[in-house]
Amino acid sequence: MKPRHKRIALILAGLAILAIAATLVLNAFQSNLVFFFSPTQVAAGEAPKGRSFRIGGMVREGSLQRQADGVTLRFVVTDTDKDMTVAYKGILPDLFREGKGVVAQGKLGDDGVFAATEVLAKHDENYMPPEAAKAVGDAHERAAANQASAQAAARTLKQ
Amino acid sequence: MNRFLWPLIGFVVLVALLAVGLNLNPRDVPSPLVGQPAPLFALPRLDAPEKEFSPQDMLGKPWLLNVWASWCVSCRQEHPVLVELAKRQTVPLIGLNYKEVRGDGGIDIDKLAPGNEKKMVIARAAEWLGKHGNPYTLSVLDMDGRVGIDYGVYGVPETYVIDRAGIIRMKHTGPITPEVFAGKILPLLAELSK
Amino acid sequence: MIPEVGNFALVLALCVALTQGTLPLLGAHLNRQQWVALARPAAVAQALLLAIAFGCLTTAFVQNDFSVVYVAQHSNTLLPLQYRVAAVWGGHEGSLLLWVVMLVLWTLAVALRSTQLPEAMVARVLGVLGLVSAGFLLFILFTSNPFERLLPGAAEGRDLNPLLQDPGLIIHPPMLYMGYVGFSVAFAFAIAALLSGQLDAAWARWSRPWTTAAWVFLTIGIALGSWWAYYELGWGGWWFWDPVENASFMPWLIGTALVHSLAVTEKRGSFKNWTVLLAISAFSLSLLGTFLVRSGVLTSVHAFATDPRRGIFILVFLGTVIGSSLALFAWRAPKVGLGGRFGLLSRESLLLTNNVLLVVACASVLLGTLYPLLIDALGAGKLSVGPPYFDAVFVPLMLPAVFLMGVAPCARWKHASVRELARTLRWAFVAAAVVGVGAPFLFGEWKPLVALSLLLAAWIVFSALLNLFERVQSTRAGQPFLAAVRRQPRSFFGMHLAHVGISVFIVGVTMVGAYQAEKDVKMEPGDTVSVGGYSFRFNGVREEKGPNYRALVGDIDLLKNGAAVRKMFPEKRFYVASSMPMTEAAIDTGFLRDVYVSLGEPIDKARPDAAWAVRVYYKPFVDWIWGGCVLMAMGGLLAISDRRYRIKARSAAPAPAVTTASLAQNA
Repeated sequence: MKPRHKRIALILAGLAILAIAATLVLNAFQSNLVFFFSPTQVAAGEAPKGRSFRIGGMVREGSLQRQADGVTLRFVVTDTDKDMTVAYKGILPDLFREGKGVVAQGKLGDDGVFAATEVLAKHDENYMPPEAAKAVGDAHERAAANQASAQAAARTLKQ
Repeated sequence: MNRFLWPLIGFVVLVALLAVGLNLNPRDVPSPLVGQPAPLFALPRLDAPEKEFSPQDMLGKPWLLNVWASWCVSCRQEHPVLVELAKRQTVPLIGLNYKEVRGDGGIDIDKLAPGNEKKMVIARAAEWLGKHGNPYTLSVLDMDGRVGIDYGVYGVPETYVIDRAGIIRMKHTGPITPEVFAGKILPLLAELSK
Repeated sequence: MIPEVGNFALVLALCVALTQGTLPLLGAHLNRQQWVALARPAAVAQALLLAIAFGCLTTAFVQNDFSVVYVAQHSNTLLPLQYRVAAVWGGHEGSLLLWVVMLVLWTLAVALRSTQLPEAMVARVLGVLGLVSAGFLLFILFTSNPFERLLPGAAEGRDLNPLLQDPGLIIHPPMLYMGYVGFSVAFAFAIAALLSGQLDAAWARWSRPWTTAAWVFLTIGIALGSWWAYYELGWGGWWFWDPVENASFMPWLIGTALVHSLAVTEKRGSFKNWTVLLAISAFSLSLLGTFLVRSGVLTSVHAFATDPRRGIFILVFLGTVIGSSLALFAWRAPKVGLGGRFGLLSRESLLLTNNVLLVVACASVLLGTLYPLLIDALGAGKLSVGPPYFDAVFVPLMLPAVFLMGVAPCARWKHASVRELARTLRWAFVAAAVVGVGAPFLFGEWKPLVALSLLLAAWIVFSALLNLFERVQSTRAGQPFLAAVRRQPRSFFGMHLAHVGISVFIVGVTMVGAYQAEKDVKMEPGDTVSVGGYSFRFNGVREEKGPNYRALVGDIDLLKNGAAVRKMFPEKRFYVASSMPMTEAAIDTGFLRDVYVSLGEPIDKARPDAAWAVRVYYKPFVDWIWGGCVLMAMGGLLAISDRRYRIKARSAAPAPAVTTASLAQNA
């Protein structure tokens, strides 16, 4: 083979590897991107059915319940606007605490219960995971907007 | 085109991306409450638990609301800044003692009798202020964190700047550093006090 | 007083670093001997000054000087002494100081061990290192000074994050940083070569041992981190594809490619531009790793610093260092020749394929790590890229690379023939196939992927043995076999030892992935649970006091076939100062398996003496994962100790393959 052909062959081989890699990446991306939704978005039906996603918010105080087997749990995640029941089987992380931020990954069941495969609460003691904080923040934004429009309505009525 | 330039071009794109990413501070969650009236509440005072305090008492002057707890590590970090602020006596600084007992991982709330929680909150909060200095005009007790939820408290400490008309003008999440204090809070207060 | 001394030492070190980063470089360019001669003394002075600074910070920790902010934030009077020392690098400021200390140690090593190098080259290498060091010192002094005072001092410190209070933390970051920073030497050699225009085999030979040394440290550092996560995080996982882990893994992948590419450049003079680009990339990814972890751009378990100002500084620094190196590369590279020619099938082409695979794998990891950031930056919502993505991309890319690991050492340089390779290696392949297909039957269920992985693992070992045998046979010239074995160069054994390390690693990953068993159960005192042929009897929990924590300690009997093996004591700790809970798993380590128990939480919070949620694991071959890494590192060490790197008086003349004539011819 002439050097020129060799070079072309090598470049083609490199391109083939890249193409295979790109296919792998795209394939894996399609199925493994985990999107984040807040309980309100889930309540509005924005979350996909039958696909894994993450939810975040605060664990409602007093909502943690254990089944008889001791490791099947239910708790409520709230963004202060909408609540969502999460079912999880396993050991909770050390920093899981009622009233603190949490992020859970899993699928939404037909009964509206979020079946979590993973519960994350690994941020530091004083802060919520950013996703959880965002969910709560968005809920406040809506509450504030509602309040503002109610006030506007009240003013209009007074005049 | 020099093919050896491609690594450089790829790198420039990457840096641009990182620069944008850097501007998204994960803790900088914009507060929807800024520009809104501060949520009302009536909570017992730490110094006189039989009396209650309400944001309405503060109408007519700008003031600061600082969320703290004795179990909060970052609160200790920002505390000297608050003490310094109190020395200047520019504006009233109201402390919102947030889930003093319930927020503490080391204490199990279910083990406490309901009456005991308040006693314990007062004892712990007072001891902490005694040890580290009390910069607050007064502190109120948000034992179950309900007011904290109204204010959208993500974590402790947090600080709100509230104007004469009772509108929240700024929210700072995390400890107040001297830079934040001098660069953001003081100018805003100066403007509000005009 | 002591912190001020430390601070002053840092300022002086900055001045020295600036001198070291300018005059010798200029001197080498302008041919001024006095300036060139400054490089070595400056390197020594800088190392001394940073040793003083580091010593001062350590003293502040040992003496519990809480008038230093950094100490107050990361230590506590109750903290045991060894953790007070380790706390020096337990936070942002201190770990950066450690970074620079590592950098000047490498610089010092280069300064002292480069007597056979041309003076101008040494000056350039040390100059580049001095500039890098100056950048980091500026960063420390202006945004992250560990000596900053807290006046009046705190009465008590906040304590070190309990996650970090572990023997693993004492050695993990220093090792990792030695690796990260070590690539700065390969980088400095590459830049020096670009500056001087002398990209030749001699340059490759000089930078090779340094690169391998950095790679060894990085390998050990990553393995330690993985081992630490395994026993400390309480989840029994050994790799999470966490952004911080990826940050250390990417330089490793590129570093591995660089080690191989340097071999070609040294032996055959080929791939010079490619090698330079890899050297720049490896160091760039180390900087990027520092940036990602230290700026908090990606929040994760490890990212303890969130300060955009720091991030901007690192970004500017990153942009300057890498941007100017790549610009220099774009300017100089077109003038560098292609070096020795090689056939379509040759050791060169096989190593090139390995390089491409490693780089593509690294790019896919980079994409998975940065993609959530990109989406967030575009305001398209928050998402994460989970471990399945990395597994799905990484494993298929590594399978051919591992297969080639068996082939390449047997292939000839320049031109190899398929038939010859097939003839040499067929028995190794048959033996590997027998092991791969047969071995899974021993562990119960037969799984095709397990068979494939074990086949590849065995393939590496058998082909290495075969390669050793062939090589000895062809060079023994009538000598006894063992004597001829001993005459083989150490780098040859080093290479195969590192490859066998990969094989051992693959066995560990495969077996633990396919045959591990785990159970999360509620256990009353007296209950027994079985997993992987072992039984665990829970005898309840008792309270204990540690130096700075109180602990609930589970008492568990490990039984096999009804006979007691040992007692296990998993703990749930509550650290007093930070009020943080921590799970400490109890692990029974064995050659062929680990048995792992960790405490969840009490079923009824009010009654910790009653039932608990307990997690038990049976993990076959899990220690082979880290054992494999140790073998890889030992292989690297063996290669460095090869005598050809120790011959001092060796002439620095370029190897024949890359004479100026060939440069010109190929330009």
